[in-house]
Amino acid sequence: MDVKDIFSYDWSYLLPEFIILGFATLLSLIDLFMGKRANRAVLGWLALLGVVLAGGFVISNMQELDEPISYMADMLRVDDFGNAFKLLFLGGVAFTLLLSLSYLKSGEVRHQGEYYYLLLTGLLGAMVMASSADLLTLFVGLELLSLSSYVLVGLRKKVLASNEASFKYVVSGGIATAFTLFGMSYIYGLTGTTNLYEITQRLSEAYASGFGFLVLLAFACLVVGLGFKISTVPNHMWAPDVYQGAPTPVTAFLTTVSKAAGFALVFRLLLVAFIGLFNPDQVSGGGRVFLEELSVYLSIVAALSMIIGNTMALRQTNVKRMMAYSGIAQAGYLLVPFVTLTSLFFEQVMFYLFAYLLMGFGAFAVIMVVTREQQTEDLKAFAGLYHRSPFAAVAMSIFLLSLAGIPVTAGFFGKFYIFWSAIWHENYWLSAIMIATSVVSYYYYFGIIRQMYMRPGSTEARLVFPTGAAAVVAVTAGLTVLFGIVPGAAIDYIHANFNSGFDFGSMLTPGR
Amino acid sequence: MDNSMLLSLITFSPLLAILVLAFVPKRYGGIIKQIGILGTLLPLVLSLMLFANFDYQLDEMQFVEHVPWIEVPIGAGAGGELFTFPISYDMGVDGISMPLIVLTAIVGTMAAVASWQIKRRLKEYFLLFHLLLIGMFGVFATQNLLLFFIFFELTLIPAYFLIGIWGFSERERAANKFLIYNGIGSAIMLLAFIAIIWLVPQVNADPTMSMTELRNVLTSPDFQAMMEQMKPGFLFGLFLALFIAFGIKLPIFPFHTWMLKVHVQAPVPVVMIHSGILLKMGAYGLIRLGIGLFPEQAYSFAAWMAVLGVVNILYGAVLAFVQNDLKMVMAYSSISHMGIVLLGFAAMNTIGFQGAIFQTISHGFISALLFLMIGVIWERVETSQIDELGGLAKSMPFASGILLTAAMASLGLPGMSGFISEFLAFLGLFGTMPVIGSIGVLGIILTAVYLLRAVLRTTFGPMPDRFQRLADAQPLEVLPMIVLLGFIILLGIYPAVLSDPLQETLKTIVPIVTGIGG
Repeated sequence: MDVKDIFSYDWSYLLPEFIILGFATLLSLIDLFMGKRANRAVLGWLALLGVVLAGGFVISNMQELDEPISYMADMLRVDDFGNAFKLLFLGGVAFTLLLSLSYLKSGEVRHQGEYYYLLLTGLLGAMVMASSADLLTLFVGLELLSLSSYVLVGLRKKVLASNEASFKYVVSGGIATAFTLFGMSYIYGLTGTTNLYEITQRLSEAYASGFGFLVLLAFACLVVGLGFKISTVPNHMWAPDVYQGAPTPVTAFLTTVSKAAGFALVFRLLLVAFIGLFNPDQVSGGGRVFLEELSVYLSIVAALSMIIGNTMALRQTNVKRMMAYSGIAQAGYLLVPFVTLTSLFFEQVMFYLFAYLLMGFGAFAVIMVVTREQQTEDLKAFAGLYHRSPFAAVAMSIFLLSLAGIPVTAGFFGKFYIFWSAIWHENYWLSAIMIATSVVSYYYYFGIIRQMYMRPGSTEARLVFPTGAAAVVAVTAGLTVLFGIVPGAAIDYIHANFNSGFDFGSMLTPGR
Repeated sequence: MDNSMLLSLITFSPLLAILVLAFVPKRYGGIIKQIGILGTLLPLVLSLMLFANFDYQLDEMQFVEHVPWIEVPIGAGAGGELFTFPISYDMGVDGISMPLIVLTAIVGTMAAVASWQIKRRLKEYFLLFHLLLIGMFGVFATQNLLLFFIFFELTLIPAYFLIGIWGFSERERAANKFLIYNGIGSAIMLLAFIAIIWLVPQVNADPTMSMTELRNVLTSPDFQAMMEQMKPGFLFGLFLALFIAFGIKLPIFPFHTWMLKVHVQAPVPVVMIHSGILLKMGAYGLIRLGIGLFPEQAYSFAAWMAVLGVVNILYGAVLAFVQNDLKMVMAYSSISHMGIVLLGFAAMNTIGFQGAIFQTISHGFISALLFLMIGVIWERVETSQIDELGGLAKSMPFASGILLTAAMASLGLPGMSGFISEFLAFLGLFGTMPVIGSIGVLGIILTAVYLLRAVLRTTFGPMPDRFQRLADAQPLEVLPMIVLLGFIILLGIYPAVLSDPLQETLKTIVPIVTGIGG
């Protein structure tokens, strides 16, 4: 490829990424030349500005583009699938920044400059993960996100739990990366290319010509390795420790943005690369390997995540650990549409991820304020919250009801929608597990509600909410209820702006 | 007056009280109580209007409302065109649900009046109380499966709080048990609902969540035949799922343990609502969705239903006899009486269904009254243990008299509503299953035994000295007693208030059920 070719692309569609990259660089430079004691909140606001700008350009991209744009043989591509996820990431990071602005005041985190620009580099990694169709760039994006979050988790340097969390995260993350690379190398060995669209053709050739076992091995390695980011069984063990040790806004970032990025990668990589597999021996039964064989393994992963996540959460007394197990269960729910794989797949996943973003951030905002003020992350920190701040207690109840999937909340409709297609595709055992574990989850979500309303707290003093956190709570609570009443609005938006359809949007077609 | 919005008005009218209450500061306890009680008058008046304007001659849904709500995309065709599943806001009542709405309004108001004894956190109490009312009205008024589920769940949350915050000593455990059991019930219900709405487009019918349209599709002979060919037993599985889901609510033995705890631990007004209305949602769901949508399957299950009904009757009656706590006696008595509802359904004929619905309504009034009386006694002596009570008729003659009358109504004394309902239910059952029917009748005798034992030991017999100076019922307590008793007697001597609206509606259900059975 010539240098001239590189300039022949219309790079303006990658402005969101460039903006984030630019702001990350800018922040690191400003941080370098700022006085040691200067207030670094301004960096947070600057980062927020960058996120908003990038969001604006993503939206304008969505409106301008009718078909996917691909750069350098799909090394990077701008398509609806990616745009939808990018909006999700940007929204999530905006919430994270708002929370961080009030969190960092306490001085637990000394390296505030690093904190802000690492959030942006992590975001950039997530965006690359969502907008590439090449193993190389996908992996680079994954690592960029991972490395940034390893550091972010350990930024409470004086707190032992934070150090432990960071270390565990690095080690288990490293193992997961090894698995991912191992799987990718098999794919490369079988196909001789890193481009996903070429892989999808050649992989089915390889499958048909007797390398079926290696294809399955690659698939298994990828599921295990990528399962790390979305924290599904068997790669979920890190989540409770890391969530507990990380600064709370970072925990919120990990549960929502990082997990959504993981899903973007899982969906794109597994779906594009493996959907074309065809088993010539079973033509009578259809022979579609992904839908008939691979999805069985994925459904076992989903079922185990739901069961283990929801039952382990019952035993937790630390609220952040509980949310970690709840997150594992939620990842299990999110895999259900991937397993049943209908034409609704995209709407279901986007709606649920969106709902999860709202309820997750809302819940963590309340958790952040309450646990900090009480100096403990035990469930008892919530005792009597209703008397100290009715606003926070009611909002938290909304988030918990939504996480549990009780109407009238966005979480209910998201779960209902996923559940619906599971039944429509007659996957009864998976739907039964989904609904049974949801009922189990009532128990621990209502455990917090019980503390808030029915137990006396250690103090009756009013709980003051910092502005940033209050804004996040108000916005997310309002939207959670709003999209519980009119979910149609969000689904129509997803449908109108991201032209999904029977071919799962533009994701499966190679760019021009 | 335009009645087109009446059902929505009834359902959401408690919102007015909620809005007003939200702006009253906590410290004005008296004002909050007044608003809380007055707020329930609005749905009461509206539902009486509903009763007055109800057309007895129509056999279809009345006061129908239909507003498009959500269009859920469910797939795309080959040409990229989109299939959507319309979910609309559907309301409507027939002869079965209209009386239940009126019952809800009456018992709701009476329970609000009985809430005078609630002493702490009044504002939250009445907020949740009115939220609960919205859920209950919605369940009976809606014609859409999804809305039915949403309203059903909407009753769960406020009831959880009402039990868990204002209950007696073991309130939190009772609330948890309530939540988990009903959560399981709702989960099974949701599973069945989605399977139902999935089935219908399979036969090239328009996708719908409307109960009326679903009934037309599901009960059509073509559909039944096709299902028998494609998936034998599937429809029966759906019926069974609904039977269990509503059976937990009703409750049917062995799913009853949660309701015992709730009856003992919840505050008295909430038990009135719970036993008077919430349990009835189970009966309503059974007839509307279980039998209404799957008549053939229900018919083939009728014998089992009858057996379960008899088990409920006898189990409840025998255990009620050995309880020492008045509340437990009444809780087991509820189980026993709900068995009669099951028997009425099992009869699968007009008389049986009439009996079941009569029993639903009548037990709603009677149990609300009985628990109100237990609350009145508890207020004064702080116990409901039978062996600690006695001789109350001397110090509080009026209240004891009402308690005795309520017990008479409950055991089926002619002239009161309990008699009509039990008579009809058994009459229906003797038409189809005389053997099971005669075993069930034993329960009636047992009812007399345990109720008289419990009530006579409280009102008569030696009186402990500390009961000498008890005050008789106060005006605020007398009001709900009189009103509830009035309706019990009204139903007993003039059953046409209920049987007239039922008549035409049952004509639409019964032929489908019995027509298939022969």
